[in-house]
Amino acid sequence: MAAISPDNRGLRLFVRYLVLVLVALIFVLPLLFMVMSSLKPDQQLLADTSSFRAFLPVGDVGLTNYVEAFERAPVRLFVFNSVLVTGVTVALSLAVCSLAAFSFVFLQWRGRELVLSIILATLIVPFETIAIPLLLIVSKLPWIGLDGIEWTWLNTYRVQIIPWIADGLTVFLFVQYFKDLPGELVEASRVEGASWFQIYWRVILPLSGPVVATAAILKFLVMYNQYLWPLIVVQQEQYRPVMVGLQYFFQLNVAWGEVMAYLTLITLPVLAFYLVLQRAFIASIASTGVKG
Amino acid sequence: MATKLTQSNRAGWLFALPGFGLIAMFIILPFFFAFWLSLTNQRLISPNPTEFVGLQNYQEMLSLAVVTLEPERDDAGEIIRDENGAAEYPRVRSITRSDDYPQYDGMREWFRWQSGDDARVVIASDVVFWKALTNTLLFVLVVAPTQAAFALGLALLINQRLRGINVFRAIYFMPVVVSIVVVSLLWRFIYDGQDGLLNAVLGFLSFGLFEGHDWLGDPDTALGSIMAMSIWQAVGFHMVIWLAGLQTISPTLYEAAAIEGSSKWQTFRYVTWPGLRNTAVLILIVITMQSFALFAQIDVMTNGGPLDSTQTMVFQAVERGYGKQDISGGSTISVILFLLVLTISLIQRYLTRER
Repeated sequence: MAAISPDNRGLRLFVRYLVLVLVALIFVLPLLFMVMSSLKPDQQLLADTSSFRAFLPVGDVGLTNYVEAFERAPVRLFVFNSVLVTGVTVALSLAVCSLAAFSFVFLQWRGRELVLSIILATLIVPFETIAIPLLLIVSKLPWIGLDGIEWTWLNTYRVQIIPWIADGLTVFLFVQYFKDLPGELVEASRVEGASWFQIYWRVILPLSGPVVATAAILKFLVMYNQYLWPLIVVQQEQYRPVMVGLQYFFQLNVAWGEVMAYLTLITLPVLAFYLVLQRAFIASIASTGVKG
Repeated sequence: MATKLTQSNRAGWLFALPGFGLIAMFIILPFFFAFWLSLTNQRLISPNPTEFVGLQNYQEMLSLAVVTLEPERDDAGEIIRDENGAAEYPRVRSITRSDDYPQYDGMREWFRWQSGDDARVVIASDVVFWKALTNTLLFVLVVAPTQAAFALGLALLINQRLRGINVFRAIYFMPVVVSIVVVSLLWRFIYDGQDGLLNAVLGFLSFGLFEGHDWLGDPDTALGSIMAMSIWQAVGFHMVIWLAGLQTISPTLYEAAAIEGSSKWQTFRYVTWPGLRNTAVLILIVITMQSFALFAQIDVMTNGGPLDSTQTMVFQAVERGYGKQDISGGSTISVILFLLVLTISLIQRYLTRER
């Protein structure tokens, strides 16, 4: 850097931005390639990879690949399944984990410390190491539903939802946040005769906007991107989520245009959601790093 | 706050129970269940009752031996060589299928090396498991430090005061919100040997000198290609954690360093790096845990091939536990994987402890 003299500020600024832009290209180009390829017929798509046309919407551009993707697989059903499973799990997770964290931080009860430390200890168990025994458990769990008793959870929505509601990280995030709230608020409400649930619902939750957003975003990303778990517990098309639905596109003869159309279709909503809320997304990832 | 006002055993348990119950049922129970299952011959669906088999599953997976093969000699005692001059050895089968060596029964060759005239052959009862284990360890050992270093570089780059810097931060982070499954399928196309984008780009950059390569089809480059893609996808995640760490360092320290006339490198070495200690420990542990879980990339891109060069432990656990319905085999791999994760996390914590 010594070659650039301090009075040459314009040039120095230019170099800085140049580096930033070049690095940005590494992250943007593959995704841009995906979107642009989804708009082109297969033949042109393959020809375009050898030039800059790969990243440009040029030539015979249209939505044919999307139409064909919808014909090849029940795309609407997969999207519906993912939205349903993700939405229900996120909502239940926020309720269950915040309630537990409320109890750990504001209530005194026997066994509290022990239970909390057991929950935090689960943070070092990667899901992948319990997937197979969990598969055996859910394959034999009973369920009382509208049609009477069933003896398995395989091929259902519940098997994709219920095991994912409570987790150590979400509880941990709420505990950390609640610890910084003033405890006097709770005591004062108690003196005024509020029940514990009223305090949780009327006093604490309204103050918890940031941590709710953080926990919701993290859970959303985990749930929408589920792959391994639905792959092994759902064999029926009827309950499959979007990521497992991908298998329709890479069996037999791979039609890259259709594949890219499906990938774009299931990715763009998340990317748009991210770009609108990017500050909140980034803040939520950063807050997982406060553990240290 | 240990006053009468907040004392409430009943409400406390009641509020914590849904969360704790679910975690106990779906995380803690299967965790301990894995240890038990690994000591049985449990299958997903089986007409036979489950039996306790002790450590047999572990023995079948972990058994290793080194055997020495002496070159074939003719009647004069000279080593028989093929047309390239390489010595000829008896087949490994002559040992593993021989009644003279019952302890090597059913084992297969994993790899061999030359020692003088003899060949030393490592044989294993479960070669695929050993390949999965070494591939997984290699993946962790390469990806964890590389990704952490790239992420730190990006964080330093993005920690400048420049107009529009948030736009770049948002872009670098973008692949993190894209599913690894989507990323894997996209990169399968990019890595393609015939029509792939990467070959086209490399050909362009080298003015046509680069002739193209089937990145995922070659056992020598398949795992490396998956490593590069995994880093590309996840590096933004750890950039953000480094960034959070960077912003906890007091600006007065930087001012003091500037007044003392410290160089950029000195500032990094003596101000920034010591302030990032806790962040570094956390990042290494998080990346290590994520790397050990390598599965979706393999399932979408290579299915463990070519020639088992991209087998991983989670892929094998799923292939056995789900694909072959061998729950006990899958659980055994899961337990070994967990013990590895735990050991490496503890070693990292020990090496980076406060002194």
